[in-house]
Amino acid sequence: MSNNILEMRSITKTFPGVKALQDVTLEVERGEIHAICGENGAGKSTLMKVLSGVYPHGTYTGDIYFEGEHAKFGTINDSEAKGIVIIHQELALIPYLSVAENIFLGNEQRGRGGMIDWNHTNSEAAKLLARVGLRENPTTPINQLGVGKQQLIEIAKALSKKVKLLILDEPTAALNDTDSAHLLDLLRHLKGQGITSIMISHKLNEIADIADRTTIIRDGRTIETIDMKDPASTQDRIIKGMVGRDLEQRYPHRTPEIGEEVLRVENWTVHHPTQHDRVVVRDASFNVKAGEVVGIAGLMGAGRTELAMSIFGRSYGRDISGEIYLRGERIQVRNVSEAISHGLAYATEDRKRYGLNLIEDIRRNISSAGLGKLSKRGWVNGNEELKIAGEYRESLNIKAPSVLSVVGKLSGGNQQKVVLSKWLYTDPDVLIVDEPTRGIDVGAKYEIYTIINRMVAAGKAVVVISSELPELLGICDRIYTLAFGRMTGEVPAGGATQESLMELMTMEKDQVQ
Amino acid sequence: MTGIADVRELVTRNLRQSGIFIAFIAIVVLFSLLNPNFLSPGNLTNIVLQYSYILILAIGMVIVIIAGHIDLSVGSLVALTGAVSATVVIANGNPWWMGVLAAMVVGLLAGAWQGFWVAFVGIPAFIVTLAGMLVFRGLTYEVLDNISLSPFGGSYYLIANGFQNGLFGGPGYDVFTLVVFAIAVVGYAISQFRARQAKIAYQQAVEAFPLFILKIVLVAAVVMWFAYQLAQSRGLPNVLILLAALILIYTLVTQKTVFGRHVYAIGGNLSAAQLSGVKVRKVNFFIFVNIGFLASIAGIVYSSRSNGAQPGAGNMFELDAIAACFIGGAAVTGGVGRVTGAMIGGLIMAVMSNGMQLMGVDQSAQQVVKGLVLLLAVAFDVYNKRRAGTR
Repeated sequence: MSNNILEMRSITKTFPGVKALQDVTLEVERGEIHAICGENGAGKSTLMKVLSGVYPHGTYTGDIYFEGEHAKFGTINDSEAKGIVIIHQELALIPYLSVAENIFLGNEQRGRGGMIDWNHTNSEAAKLLARVGLRENPTTPINQLGVGKQQLIEIAKALSKKVKLLILDEPTAALNDTDSAHLLDLLRHLKGQGITSIMISHKLNEIADIADRTTIIRDGRTIETIDMKDPASTQDRIIKGMVGRDLEQRYPHRTPEIGEEVLRVENWTVHHPTQHDRVVVRDASFNVKAGEVVGIAGLMGAGRTELAMSIFGRSYGRDISGEIYLRGERIQVRNVSEAISHGLAYATEDRKRYGLNLIEDIRRNISSAGLGKLSKRGWVNGNEELKIAGEYRESLNIKAPSVLSVVGKLSGGNQQKVVLSKWLYTDPDVLIVDEPTRGIDVGAKYEIYTIINRMVAAGKAVVVISSELPELLGICDRIYTLAFGRMTGEVPAGGATQESLMELMTMEKDQVQ
Repeated sequence: MTGIADVRELVTRNLRQSGIFIAFIAIVVLFSLLNPNFLSPGNLTNIVLQYSYILILAIGMVIVIIAGHIDLSVGSLVALTGAVSATVVIANGNPWWMGVLAAMVVGLLAGAWQGFWVAFVGIPAFIVTLAGMLVFRGLTYEVLDNISLSPFGGSYYLIANGFQNGLFGGPGYDVFTLVVFAIAVVGYAISQFRARQAKIAYQQAVEAFPLFILKIVLVAAVVMWFAYQLAQSRGLPNVLILLAALILIYTLVTQKTVFGRHVYAIGGNLSAAQLSGVKVRKVNFFIFVNIGFLASIAGIVYSSRSNGAQPGAGNMFELDAIAACFIGGAAVTGGVGRVTGAMIGGLIMAVMSNGMQLMGVDQSAQQVVKGLVLLLAVAFDVYNKRRAGTR
């Protein structure tokens, strides 16, 4: 027997009209951490769904061998029974149930007479929590824990199912750096206990850091599997494999032409919406000029989104104080429609929750913030709307059969382009983009940067909020750092490094409450 | 592109809408085969009159449902507005229009009251309108002193029982009715043609011209046949004019205005709507003011039709109106639905009630059938979505 715990041979999966996977081969060695890379829509998730039995045996061609056995999974339960557990990007935890209840959901620990044995449940849960390095009380409701801890609880849940092969789909996408590091440590630790992991990720640093081998998938085909110990396995090589071309630059070139100041915010203070004595943003001041891309760097919880949303028509927080100046004149922005009419736009970090109407089509999502421009005396010009949507689809390269396609079915990158179209159509002077490239692939990222560059070339101002430091360094002219609700620095992007930014982003920890 | 491919595309693109339309036609055909009187002039007139107030309520209800709310209070509000009107006209001897005005004012106030709690205080509409259902029913008893008031007689009675006819005479049928319908059909054809021209000007895909003509001719034929049936009976019912005007206005409001768009945006994703500059509170408030107003119109029609006000009037109307919306394709989660869909949904229930009454099916069995139709319609919807989803 070979040392492979899993072999997927010549997997082909077709949907009506689309070949999602074509002759894909994946070999995973026992006890390794195996990364899978590929652009969005390359077929990574489909492959994992084939493996876990979401697409049952018979709906694809090719063979799966798990621990040397020919596996024919009909449902997820079949694959879980063999020890294959998949943890999806969107966590499947129930917020109001306790940690222990969540861990044993669907696998309840029964005692006499079929009743749940709570003592046994909670003590087993405590043991599993210890294995993932958590010291929470098993009876704590899930919604009292942060996303990072919830992710660990998903792993504890997998451990309770006697997992042999753990599949993680973008496990660190929603985590900050500390939590990510913790999660990766745990994966290494589990590897020591003989658990094999497959990790789908866009974060190439992470992959370089943790994976033993990496398989690259593009357009539904396996491109190659590379050994990460090999010095030739650089990030550039992975990127090249993913996009199928040399990406000379990850960031499009731009010659800055910086003009007059457009927006200035002074002494901005925001309190938490429910915990009134908690200050989320304190005395923050910044400005942005015409033709300039300004970055705001901060760790999760530093108050980046809160700062932006409170400026954008007081969409977050209470007891907000401070001044906003537009071209030197002080303005009042009491609600979102005032913000829009002053030429502000804010593209959210969470496009599914705050950015899009997922059941509506591309056309109506694009027009939704700019209906004032499309209407006369309250009547919308539907033909003009369709035309505008077509123009944005063209110019931003939104990949969809038509502008009447439902937004919920688009890939992350295309959804993000719809969000940007919506705000570009309001013709803003200042565009604030919050994590503009979260969860989207390398190729689409480049396109998003190009769109930002086009905006500033037209003399507009752009504020980019991001936790990806290379991104900020790559596209910004100036970067502010935010730590624990305070502005801790302002540096020209040219003179900054990731290390110097990180230092500023973690400053003053002890001074804040 | 060929005409045939076009038809297929039109049907598949909107299977849900066309599905419900086909179901409606099938039910009409079924009942006309089972009972020759079903399509008789007199009975068609009756269907319109019997169900008009539910259709009026369903117009307001579908907007509430699209925005992701529900309104349980409209049945009680129909009773309350009818009772106020009866008190003004019958008990105090005022002219008919004062009763109408009083009912409308009460409807608007009741809508504003509920809109305030939903939009500005943030209480779920289910709770607010459940309370409203009790409060308005109680107030009805209070206003009527727990007794029925009748009859209205005169002009008020004619609102729901009167007909426009005889203006031009006619041999055995009312020419006036035919003329009105003919004008409506011509208006429809012109507006469709202009919409098509505008689409062409914006370089959008349109159906082939012969197909377009066929569509217009088919609609015209069905409408004129219906008009001819009405003309053979008592002519053009006042209520039908009112209903047609309301359907036209509210279809335009929901499909073509900024307000309509905001309603869909709120129902589709509340947070995204808020961050796109939609004044959510204002829109929610007016949605409830609007349904209060429409409930008062339904109250006027109902009290006029029954020629009086009863304390128990309008019982369960809210459920019929809600059912009409869901049969007509509205989604429980909000963001989806159409006025025309709700009207077809309401007509399906109207035709079924009427058809079963003609056949002498008893009340209890009618309830069972209606309930099953609602369930099947939504099941069909869910099935369709799931099929679309796996593609």
